[in-house]
Amino acid sequence: MSVVVRTIARILVPIVLVFGGYVILHGHLTPGGGFQGGAVAASAVALFLVAFGVGGLKKYKGLLAALEDLGGVAFVVLAFLGIGFTFFANSLASPHAGMGGLFGAPVPPGPNPGYLNTAGTLPLMNWAVGFKVLAGLGSVMVLFGLFGDKDDR
Amino acid sequence: MKRWAMLAAFVVVAGCLILAGARMRPFGAPRAYDMDRYFNLWSQEEVAANNVVTAIVFDYRGYDTLGEATVLFAAVIGVALILRKVKR
Repeated sequence: MSVVVRTIARILVPIVLVFGGYVILHGHLTPGGGFQGGAVAASAVALFLVAFGVGGLKKYKGLLAALEDLGGVAFVVLAFLGIGFTFFANSLASPHAGMGGLFGAPVPPGPNPGYLNTAGTLPLMNWAVGFKVLAGLGSVMVLFGLFGDKDDR
Repeated sequence: MKRWAMLAAFVVVAGCLILAGARMRPFGAPRAYDMDRYFNLWSQEEVAANNVVTAIVFDYRGYDTLGEATVLFAAVIGVALILRKVKR
């Protein structure tokens, strides 16, 4: 692509990635969550692909695959943590497990005060799903970008 | 013949849609709202989450999210399978 597109992409890609991370991080407080934030972050991958071509991303294929595996395994493991009550029970911050600990601050009833340190396994599951969606969509786009190339895949 | 069959199908489908639309309940007045009320009242206490949508997606309907992740994984696997390099 032209130098204008490359310059703008160099500025925008980190901002889009940070916004995707913000949407994932605040998924248990505000609208959005793992899927949405992961899709936003994957759009940064798409922007990078459009601006710089697939050559720069080819060596990150293994990292994307590892990230996808990590997200899926972390999601299932976090779901299994609550197996003492039910599958997918919130085992870090719920009446089944007792308050406190990681993301275990008590939630006052009523309107949303926006405390980040709440909701137990939900933020961790948001991160797992976010990494999974980012790596999944990203690797799909990298594979599509590599398809037309003469390079090996 | 084909035209008549398509016309008959159109009339049947349109009639069903018009009948369903005529019998539709007013907007914002669902027939059953027990689950809505339950989620609004209990999601903060049971799941310790302020976001009711996240509480439903990751706790009450966690299997649904697991299925969505599986669908995404299957899509990635399918793309990787179709676009792989074939040695010949």
